[in-house]
Amino acid sequence: MAREIPYIAAVEEAVFEEMGRDDTVLFYGQDVAPSDDNRFVQAYGRDRVRVSPISETAEIGMAVGLGLAGYRPVVELLMAEFMLVAMNQVVNEAPKLRYMSGGQVKVPVVFKAGYGFTAGWSGQHTGSIYGAFMGFPGLKIALPSTPADAKGLMTTAIRDDNPVCYLINYLLVLEHGDVPEGEHAVPFGEAAIRRSGSDVTIVATGWTVGRALAAAETLAGEGIQAEVIDPRTLNPLDTDTILSSVAKTGRLVLVDQGTRHGGASAVIAAEVAEHGFGSLKAPIAQVTALDVTVPYSEPMEAFVLPNEEKIAVSVRQVLGEAPVAA
Amino acid sequence: MDKDLAGALLRTMWRIRCFEERVAQLKRSLVVHGLIHLSIGGEGVAAAVCAQLRDDDAVYSGHRAHGHAIAKGAPVDRVMAELMGRADGICQGLGGSMHLVDSEHGFMGATGVVGGNLPLALGTALAQHLRGADRVTVVFFGDGAVQAGHFNETINLAALWRLPVIFVCENNGFAEFTSREEHSTIERVSDVVAPYGFDRETVNGSEVPAVYAAFGAFLKEARAGRGPFLLECLTYRRRGHYEGDQQKYRDAAAEVQWRERDPIARLTESLIDADTAAEIEREAAAEVDAAVSFARASPFPDPAIVSDLVYAR
Repeated sequence: MAREIPYIAAVEEAVFEEMGRDDTVLFYGQDVAPSDDNRFVQAYGRDRVRVSPISETAEIGMAVGLGLAGYRPVVELLMAEFMLVAMNQVVNEAPKLRYMSGGQVKVPVVFKAGYGFTAGWSGQHTGSIYGAFMGFPGLKIALPSTPADAKGLMTTAIRDDNPVCYLINYLLVLEHGDVPEGEHAVPFGEAAIRRSGSDVTIVATGWTVGRALAAAETLAGEGIQAEVIDPRTLNPLDTDTILSSVAKTGRLVLVDQGTRHGGASAVIAAEVAEHGFGSLKAPIAQVTALDVTVPYSEPMEAFVLPNEEKIAVSVRQVLGEAPVAA
Repeated sequence: MDKDLAGALLRTMWRIRCFEERVAQLKRSLVVHGLIHLSIGGEGVAAAVCAQLRDDDAVYSGHRAHGHAIAKGAPVDRVMAELMGRADGICQGLGGSMHLVDSEHGFMGATGVVGGNLPLALGTALAQHLRGADRVTVVFFGDGAVQAGHFNETINLAALWRLPVIFVCENNGFAEFTSREEHSTIERVSDVVAPYGFDRETVNGSEVPAVYAAFGAFLKEARAGRGPFLLECLTYRRRGHYEGDQQKYRDAAAEVQWRERDPIARLTESLIDADTAAEIEREAAAEVDAAVSFARASPFPDPAIVSDLVYAR
């Protein structure tokens, strides 16, 4: 049975239910359960639900050690940018220990953090920085865009035997949607086709999936049928679904809240350029945030972000129905 | 310390010493490739600490890890094969000198970034606390790690949650190429952690019975679930930071100091008769000879495996 709950409640539900299913799942981080009436504390106790000091390096490194010892910690890191404080543990220890040990150990940990809160939180709390993590083999990246996926991807992240950056888009936390009750796992590496279409493929992530669907509605009124694909995980990345769609449509628009250079859309563009070039009838277009630090001022913030209008314009351009900007 | 125990510790020290002296030779002839850091002069700490641990106790080390791995039980032949980058290496040739792991013997990992291993120890110690077991976690690090932020974060959390972890600092007086006084105003690492209020001690790391006794006292407490503890061992780094280091920062007094500080010589003089000591050295050298033969006979890894171990499936 599914019922409608907010995205953020779906994230919590997955953690709560996995803790109930598996005693080795732990949940800790800054400001997690500051009081004892917290339902996690009441259900699982202070041994498994812990408040940590503001020590990202210790929190994340401790998770790695717990993983080595057979536990499955979920570390609450609040903001993805706070992981930058502990970059050595996130990218240099967690994803490399299995490999460097010749496969002797595994590191089943979840780094739970929010990103993209472009609501005036400005330069160090709004970045969509996951593109930087795509260059570290061993580190998985999940970007849920719906409440159902928020639950299903967290369940899978906790059960995965590898480190996973599970990233919550803070613009989506109050969005409601149908979420299955009870066990719900969404496999990693399987993109969702959010809308079918034959004229153009739009690949969008996180919050921009909704913007792409809105643009697709507008375009449908103009007789343009856009297919909207949500990769759901960037690593593993379901390039097969994207390439199959491009083989059908011949046109690709990539939408991402992160910056363009070194970002997720650049990686997907390269995959399609290399493996799907023969299908392309027009150059690939990227609708990303501009390559700037997200500014504070509200109109400035909106100016640097992708939106429904920019996506629609880009689609018309790849279809040759609007002039390409100089 | 009785003679049997002293003999066992001397055996471990000679196994490490012979191993590392051979590695230095093999590095010069490029049979061992890569970045190599040797612990010659500091073997006493590895031997005295690890002799008291079990396979289900977790040990972490840093870039200077050969001695800790061998003392914790890692087979010398497979460690040698690892340093030569061979398929029979303990990490299949994928980790190398700075990333030795032998999970079967509880050697949970050496990490190459100074101090990067410290927070990992919190995790295994918390796991041990949650399981209510009498297992402990030991993390080896150098005095150079103490000035890094992860040291303070780790010490704070270990003290706050009273985790059964024993921090073993090998203070050899050099942080890479420079002396401790150029890194900190605090001479003793045990003084750095004083405000946290847990038990700490500084011993002469060249004096093996002293290390053994001090660590043993902390271990007894940690097995009962108490912690953390910090044991600072003042050691002597016989060689450079890495093999090939010109050591221009070292003065002529170093040679004189070495005669005073060699833990093997000191233990032998005080507790072992010369014939027994010579026999132990010969056995260790023979084991290392066999390890080199084993490693040379091992093939290089098949490139086909290169992507197989990135993810656990």
